Amino acid sequence: MTTRREFLAAAGALLVTLHPRESDATPAMMQEAVRKVVGDAQIRTGKVKLDLPPLIDNGNVVPLAVAVESPMTPTDYVKAIHVFNERNPQPNIISVYLGPRAGRARITSRIRLADSQTITAIAQLSDGSFWQTTQDVVVTVAACAEEIS
Amino acid sequence: MARAVVNVPPKAKRGDIIEIRTLVGHVMETGFRHTQTGQPIARNIITQFVCTYNGAEICRSDFSPAVAANPLLIFTTIATESGTLEFKWTGDNDFVMTASASLAVE
Repeated sequence: MTTRREFLAAAGALLVTLHPRESDATPAMMQEAVRKVVGDAQIRTGKVKLDLPPLIDNGNVVPLAVAVESPMTPTDYVKAIHVFNERNPQPNIISVYLGPRAGRARITSRIRLADSQTITAIAQLSDGSFWQTTQDVVVTVAACAEEIS
Repeated sequence: MARAVVNVPPKAKRGDIIEIRTLVGHVMETGFRHTQTGQPIARNIITQFVCTYNGAEICRSDFSPAVAANPLLIFTTIATESGTLEFKWTGDNDFVMTASASLAVE
Protein backbone atom coordinates (compact mmCIF):
# COMPACT_ATOMS: atom_id res chain seq x y z
CA MET A 1 0.00 0.00 0.00
CA THR A 2 1.45 3.35 -1.03
CA THR A 3 0.86 6.28 1.26
CA ARG A 4 0.31 9.75 -0.07
CA ARG A 5 3.69 10.80 1.35
CA GLU A 6 5.54 7.97 -0.43
CA PHE A 7 3.75 8.80 -3.65
CA LEU A 8 4.74 12.45 -3.48
CA ALA A 9 8.36 11.55 -2.72
CA ALA A 10 8.46 9.20 -5.71
CA ALA A 11 6.84 11.81 -7.96
CA GLY A 12 9.39 14.36 -6.80
CA ALA A 13 12.28 12.01 -7.53
CA LEU A 14 10.87 11.35 -10.99
CA LEU A 15 10.65 15.08 -11.69
CA VAL A 16 14.28 15.52 -10.71
CA THR A 17 15.45 12.74 -13.04
CA LEU A 18 13.29 14.01 -15.89
CA HIS A 19 14.62 17.53 -15.61
CA PRO A 20 16.44 17.93 -18.91
CA ARG A 21 19.73 19.71 -18.13
CA GLU A 22 21.10 21.62 -15.21
CA SER A 23 23.20 24.00 -17.24
CA ASP A 24 22.97 24.98 -20.86
CA ALA A 25 25.25 27.26 -22.75
CA THR A 26 23.76 30.66 -23.44
CA PRO A 27 24.57 33.18 -26.17
CA ALA A 28 26.59 35.02 -23.49
CA MET A 29 28.64 31.90 -22.74
CA MET A 30 29.26 31.50 -26.45
CA GLN A 31 30.51 35.08 -26.67
CA GLU A 32 32.87 34.33 -23.79
CA ALA A 33 34.20 31.21 -25.53
CA VAL A 34 34.62 33.17 -28.76
CA ARG A 35 36.55 35.91 -26.93
CA LYS A 36 38.86 33.28 -25.43
CA VAL A 37 39.88 32.26 -28.95
CA VAL A 38 39.76 35.62 -30.68
CA GLY A 39 41.01 37.89 -27.90
CA ASP A 40 40.36 41.57 -28.59
CA ALA A 41 40.54 41.22 -32.37
CA GLN A 42 37.64 42.40 -34.47
CA ILE A 43 35.59 39.68 -36.18
CA ARG A 44 34.45 40.54 -39.67
CA THR A 45 31.61 38.84 -41.51
CA GLY A 46 32.38 36.97 -44.72
CA LYS A 47 34.89 34.62 -46.36
CA VAL A 48 33.57 31.66 -44.35
CA LYS A 49 30.95 29.28 -45.71
CA LEU A 50 29.10 27.09 -43.23
CA ASP A 51 27.21 24.10 -44.57
CA LEU A 52 24.63 22.54 -42.25
CA PRO A 53 21.21 21.10 -43.04
CA PRO A 54 18.61 23.79 -42.12
CA LEU A 55 16.22 21.19 -40.68
CA ILE A 56 17.76 18.47 -38.53
CA ASP A 57 15.80 15.33 -37.70
CA ASN A 58 18.40 13.88 -35.34
CA GLY A 59 20.63 16.18 -33.31
CA ASN A 60 23.00 13.33 -32.48
CA VAL A 61 24.56 13.23 -35.93
CA VAL A 62 24.59 16.48 -37.86
CA PRO A 63 26.83 16.76 -40.92
CA LEU A 64 28.92 19.92 -40.81
CA ALA A 65 31.21 21.42 -43.45
CA VAL A 66 33.14 24.67 -43.19
CA ALA A 67 34.97 26.21 -46.13
CA VAL A 68 37.00 29.42 -46.11
CA GLU A 69 37.92 31.52 -49.13
CA SER A 70 41.69 31.62 -49.12
CA PRO A 71 44.49 31.09 -51.65
CA MET A 72 46.27 28.89 -49.03
CA THR A 73 49.75 30.09 -49.99
CA PRO A 74 52.65 30.19 -47.49
CA THR A 75 51.97 33.89 -46.91
CA ASP A 76 48.19 33.91 -46.98
CA TYR A 77 46.44 30.95 -45.43
CA VAL A 78 43.84 29.90 -42.90
CA LYS A 79 45.36 29.09 -39.52
CA ALA A 80 42.31 27.73 -37.78
CA ILE A 81 38.60 27.11 -38.07
CA HIS A 82 36.47 27.20 -34.91
CA VAL A 83 32.79 26.27 -34.63
CA PHE A 84 30.59 27.46 -31.75
CA ASN A 85 26.99 26.97 -30.64
CA GLU A 86 24.74 28.79 -28.19
CA ARG A 87 22.44 26.13 -26.75
CA ASN A 88 24.39 22.91 -26.21
CA PRO A 89 25.64 22.30 -22.66
CA GLN A 90 29.01 23.75 -23.76
CA PRO A 91 29.65 26.48 -26.34
CA ASN A 92 32.61 24.87 -28.16
CA ILE A 93 32.07 22.30 -30.91
CA ILE A 94 35.30 21.79 -32.82
CA SER A 95 38.53 23.63 -33.60
CA VAL A 96 40.69 22.59 -36.55
CA TYR A 97 44.18 24.00 -37.07
CA LEU A 98 45.38 24.04 -40.66
CA GLY A 99 48.37 25.47 -42.48
CA PRO A 100 49.50 26.36 -45.99
CA ARG A 101 50.05 22.65 -46.65
CA ALA A 102 46.32 21.98 -46.49
CA GLY A 103 45.94 23.32 -50.04
CA ARG A 104 42.28 24.08 -49.48
CA ALA A 105 40.59 25.42 -46.36
CA ARG A 106 37.69 23.04 -46.09
CA ILE A 107 36.79 20.61 -43.31
CA THR A 108 33.94 18.18 -42.84
CA SER A 109 32.79 16.51 -39.62
CA ARG A 110 29.70 15.37 -37.76
CA ILE A 111 28.43 17.14 -34.65
CA ARG A 112 25.72 17.06 -31.97
CA LEU A 113 23.13 19.78 -31.42
CA ALA A 114 20.89 19.95 -28.35
CA ASP A 115 18.41 22.52 -29.61
CA SER A 116 17.37 24.80 -32.46
CA GLN A 117 19.93 27.56 -32.47
CA THR A 118 22.44 29.67 -34.36
CA ILE A 119 25.78 28.08 -35.23
CA THR A 120 28.83 30.29 -35.67
CA ALA A 121 31.98 29.41 -37.62
CA ILE A 122 35.06 31.61 -37.20
CA ALA A 123 38.21 31.44 -39.32
CA GLN A 124 41.57 32.76 -38.17
CA LEU A 125 43.76 33.88 -41.07
CA SER A 126 47.55 34.04 -41.18
CA ASP A 127 47.46 37.86 -41.14
CA GLY A 128 45.72 37.74 -37.76
CA SER A 129 42.24 38.68 -38.96
CA PHE A 130 39.11 36.79 -37.98
CA TRP A 131 36.13 36.15 -40.24
CA GLN A 132 32.83 34.59 -39.32
CA THR A 133 29.51 33.38 -40.58
CA THR A 134 26.40 32.12 -38.83
CA GLN A 135 23.59 29.76 -39.72
CA ASP A 136 20.25 29.08 -38.04
CA VAL A 137 19.24 25.45 -37.66
CA VAL A 138 16.05 23.78 -36.47
CA VAL A 139 16.54 20.59 -34.46
CA THR A 140 13.59 18.27 -33.90
CA VAL A 141 15.26 15.52 -31.82
CA ALA A 142 17.89 16.88 -29.45
CA ALA A 143 21.21 15.31 -28.58
CA CYS A 144 23.34 15.32 -25.43
CA ALA A 145 20.85 14.98 -22.63
CA GLU A 146 18.70 11.92 -23.20
CA GLU A 147 18.59 9.21 -20.53
CA ILE A 148 19.97 5.79 -21.05
CA SER A 149 19.16 2.73 -19.00
CA MET B 1 38.43 -2.63 -29.44
CA ALA B 2 37.98 0.54 -31.20
CA ARG B 3 38.99 0.90 -34.77
CA ALA B 4 40.22 3.74 -36.95
CA VAL B 5 39.67 4.03 -40.67
CA VAL B 6 41.69 6.44 -42.77
CA ASN B 7 41.18 6.94 -46.44
CA VAL B 8 44.14 8.41 -48.34
CA PRO B 9 44.56 7.98 -52.10
CA PRO B 10 47.45 5.52 -52.67
CA LYS B 11 48.94 7.61 -55.51
CA ALA B 12 48.95 11.29 -56.37
CA LYS B 13 50.68 13.71 -58.73
CA ARG B 14 53.09 16.18 -57.15
CA GLY B 15 51.22 19.35 -56.24
CA ASP B 16 47.78 17.75 -56.27
CA ILE B 17 45.40 18.51 -53.43
CA ILE B 18 44.33 15.19 -51.92
CA GLU B 19 41.39 14.58 -49.62
CA ILE B 20 42.01 12.67 -46.39
CA ARG B 21 39.06 11.07 -44.65
CA THR B 22 39.41 9.84 -41.08
CA LEU B 23 36.92 7.97 -38.93
CA VAL B 24 37.53 6.48 -35.48
CA GLY B 25 35.27 4.25 -33.43
CA HIS B 26 34.51 5.98 -30.11
CA VAL B 27 31.35 6.55 -28.01
CA MET B 28 32.15 10.24 -27.35
CA GLU B 29 30.15 10.09 -24.09
CA THR B 30 29.30 13.71 -23.35
CA GLY B 31 29.28 13.63 -19.55
CA PHE B 32 25.89 15.37 -19.55
CA ARG B 33 23.78 12.24 -19.67
CA HIS B 34 22.21 10.34 -16.75
CA THR B 35 21.05 6.79 -16.26
CA GLN B 36 17.39 6.14 -15.43
CA THR B 37 18.28 6.14 -11.73
CA GLY B 38 19.80 9.60 -12.04
CA GLN B 39 23.46 8.63 -11.91
CA PRO B 40 25.58 10.88 -14.10
CA ILE B 41 27.56 9.10 -16.82
CA ALA B 42 31.20 10.20 -16.78
CA ARG B 43 32.63 12.05 -19.75
CA ASN B 44 34.66 9.91 -22.13
CA ILE B 45 35.61 11.69 -25.34
CA ILE B 46 38.48 12.05 -27.77
CA THR B 47 39.99 15.47 -27.12
CA GLN B 48 42.65 15.82 -29.79
CA PHE B 49 43.52 14.62 -33.27
CA VAL B 50 46.84 15.17 -35.02
CA CYS B 51 47.91 14.25 -38.55
CA THR B 52 51.57 14.36 -39.62
CA TYR B 53 52.98 13.97 -43.13
CA ASN B 54 56.56 12.63 -43.04
CA GLY B 55 56.84 13.94 -39.50
CA ALA B 56 55.49 17.45 -40.17
CA GLU B 57 52.12 18.37 -38.70
CA ILE B 58 49.54 19.18 -41.37
CA CYS B 59 46.30 19.14 -39.40
CA ARG B 60 45.36 19.24 -35.74
CA SER B 61 41.93 19.33 -34.19
CA ASP B 62 40.40 19.80 -30.75
CA PHE B 63 37.16 17.90 -30.19
CA SER B 64 34.50 18.75 -27.61
CA PRO B 65 31.54 16.65 -26.40
CA ALA B 66 29.55 18.25 -29.24
CA VAL B 67 31.39 16.11 -31.78
CA ALA B 68 29.20 13.14 -32.74
CA ALA B 69 30.05 9.56 -31.77
CA ASN B 70 32.65 7.92 -34.03
CA PRO B 71 34.31 11.21 -34.94
CA LEU B 72 34.67 11.91 -38.64
CA LEU B 73 37.10 14.50 -39.95
CA ILE B 74 37.75 15.18 -43.62
CA PHE B 75 40.48 17.61 -44.66
CA THR B 76 42.95 18.12 -47.50
CA THR B 77 46.66 18.37 -48.06
CA ILE B 78 49.03 19.00 -50.95
CA ALA B 79 50.91 15.90 -52.14
CA THR B 80 54.54 17.05 -51.92
CA GLU B 81 56.59 13.85 -51.60
CA SER B 82 56.15 10.12 -51.19
CA GLY B 83 55.94 9.04 -47.61
CA THR B 84 53.77 8.20 -44.67
CA LEU B 85 50.86 9.98 -43.09
CA GLU B 86 50.46 9.28 -39.39
CA PHE B 87 47.22 9.84 -37.54
CA LYS B 88 46.83 9.98 -33.78
CA TRP B 89 43.77 10.46 -31.61
CA THR B 90 44.07 11.00 -27.86
CA GLY B 91 41.36 11.40 -25.27
CA ASP B 92 39.92 10.78 -21.82
CA ASN B 93 40.88 7.66 -19.84
CA ASP B 94 44.26 7.52 -21.60
CA PHE B 95 42.64 6.77 -24.93
CA VAL B 96 45.19 6.56 -27.73
CA MET B 97 44.53 5.38 -31.28
CA THR B 98 46.97 5.55 -34.13
CA ALA B 99 46.75 4.82 -37.83
CA SER B 100 49.00 5.37 -40.80
CA ALA B 101 48.78 5.41 -44.57
CA SER B 102 51.43 5.54 -47.26
CA LEU B 103 51.24 7.83 -50.24
CA ALA B 104 53.22 7.52 -53.47
CA VAL B 105 53.82 10.85 -55.22
CA GLU B 106 54.96 10.82 -58.81
